[in-house]
Amino acid sequence: MNRRIAIRPIFYLALLALAVFYLLPVYLMVLTGLKPFNEVDLKTMWDLPTNGLHIENFIAGYQQLAPNLRNSLAMVIPEALLSSLLGSFNGYLLSKWKFRGSNVIFTLILFGMFIPYQSILIPLVKFMQFMKLYGDIPGLVLVHIIYGIPITTLIFRNYYAGIGTEILEAGRIDGASLLGLYRHIILPLSAPGFAVVIIWQFTQAWNEFLFAVILTNQSHWPVTVALNNLAGSQLVQWNVLMAATFLAALPTLLVYIFLGRFFLRGLMAGALKG
Amino acid sequence: MSRTFEFNMPRFILAVALMILGLTFIYISETRGITIAQKNFTSIGILISGLIFYSGVLVVVAMFRDESVLSFAMLLPSIVAVGIFVYGFIAWSVRVSLSKWKGLNPDYTWVGLQQYSDLILHDPRFRIDVRNTVVFTIGFISVCLILGLGLAILLDQKLKGEALFRSIFLFPMSISFIASGVVWAWLMNPATGSRITGINLLFKTLGLDSLISLWHSNPPPWGMAYTVIPAVWQLSGFAMALYLGGIRGISEEIREAARVDGASEFEVYRHVILPMLRPVTLSAVIILGHMSLKIFDLIVALGRKDQRLDVPGIYMWTTTFDGTNYAQGAAIGILMLISVAILVIPYLVNSMRAEAEL
Repeated sequence: MNRRIAIRPIFYLALLALAVFYLLPVYLMVLTGLKPFNEVDLKTMWDLPTNGLHIENFIAGYQQLAPNLRNSLAMVIPEALLSSLLGSFNGYLLSKWKFRGSNVIFTLILFGMFIPYQSILIPLVKFMQFMKLYGDIPGLVLVHIIYGIPITTLIFRNYYAGIGTEILEAGRIDGASLLGLYRHIILPLSAPGFAVVIIWQFTQAWNEFLFAVILTNQSHWPVTVALNNLAGSQLVQWNVLMAATFLAALPTLLVYIFLGRFFLRGLMAGALKG
Repeated sequence: MSRTFEFNMPRFILAVALMILGLTFIYISETRGITIAQKNFTSIGILISGLIFYSGVLVVVAMFRDESVLSFAMLLPSIVAVGIFVYGFIAWSVRVSLSKWKGLNPDYTWVGLQQYSDLILHDPRFRIDVRNTVVFTIGFISVCLILGLGLAILLDQKLKGEALFRSIFLFPMSISFIASGVVWAWLMNPATGSRITGINLLFKTLGLDSLISLWHSNPPPWGMAYTVIPAVWQLSGFAMALYLGGIRGISEEIREAARVDGASEFEVYRHVILPMLRPVTLSAVIILGHMSLKIFDLIVALGRKDQRLDVPGIYMWTTTFDGTNYAQGAAIGILMLISVAILVIPYLVNSMRAEAEL
């Protein structure tokens, strides 16, 4: 036991050193963002601000990204809500009402979450143009919902597998139908499942880049596309860029900080466990 | 499960009403178009009307009281959506990749596997992409696994602040590849001399001059190896979480038994815990591996289309949408799909089989 105690400080040191590595980029983003324009110097990148804290950069960054933050929000909210409803329904059917071939169908659906989207991109663009959904937010919402079907179905299917069939059979004896059982037994038990899926889909859609850059035109760019564009332009001072990056990352970061345990469960579901 | 048909007048009226409503909405959307807040909702309107119509059909199906048919019927819209958007579009992409479509107007002239053979045999850029993907994948997976396992073992020591450390190692996963790529591009700034900055400046200030690096601007293929750093920063927490879950799933009795037999703490990990974590490692390799085979946004934000850091995902994007070489773009997309499928399909089939046996 003595030896265990003796090496504990080393463990703490190792953890602290690693924590510094993980926090470094965030430290830089916030620190740089808080410096006034005249203090922006490559030489003093790591120094603390000397003339007090300034929030001009965050305001400038916000002004750059405000329309895109709104676009992202307008896309992500309907997307997360609708795809969680769809996923809940699919998960319920595939876990509690299996039919011949339902496992094969589930596997085929699941494959959809692994494909590189480059392999469907050209047909997708042509299809969206044909449906007049190209360039705007509603089309992007639809695309995210459809390509979200595999993961949302998977999370809910695993979640509902944990609800015993006895309770459903009791309901059936009372004469409840498939839909009745869903509404009166499954749905009231689904809140944690919805939390996981809504948070997961929110984060995914907020952070997504490929569909966003291909399927929207400039006035409807979500924040990832606008940020990437901002980073490529030579005109933006880099402390503004850091502040803007921080703002773009902030919504999902806040979700993680306050609702992290649900986020983690979505993550684990992606590994097909449970 | 009596397979009887149970006619129910109110439900039948509901079904007919839903179908008529759906068809009417389809007709209105189709003829007038729907515009809300200057956005074209016509297609979305038709889609929703179609679903209303279909819910009427479902009400009729429900009267048959055969739940497995009803379950399938309710799943059908999702099956159709995935069928079209995943499998239908893959088939369409394959067809494009077998054509010579270059330019804005579709040209489906059959050229067989020519796009593929051009890419694989004669295209220096694609060769660089493959090499970069291999370098990235090997570096990314091995560092993530080693670091993830190390972090998980550290966090398993019942130290104070475990939850805080766990959150710190995991939070980068909630940030987009674009945002982290933008920040890391600054941290890994290759400038030297009087313009030295980023981590290099930090090293210089700390007197660690030997660690100063050109980072991802190193000559190929080593530059690509440095792109592993931000990817590891972002996803090693995932490997950690998987391993920690695996370690916590091993019962304390097994560990105690090994200790009673005289095993040291190190030996408990080496001979008891590590072998039991093999399935976790497999899951981690599959998940991280398929991510790395299709890595795209991180490299875009980090390398700004630097040709030396090119990967298939970026090549597909530029050749298709900047160069309008659709046939070549489709072929690259399909090659990416094949590489992911080889990795993922055996795993998917296996986990489904294992589940069916339960």
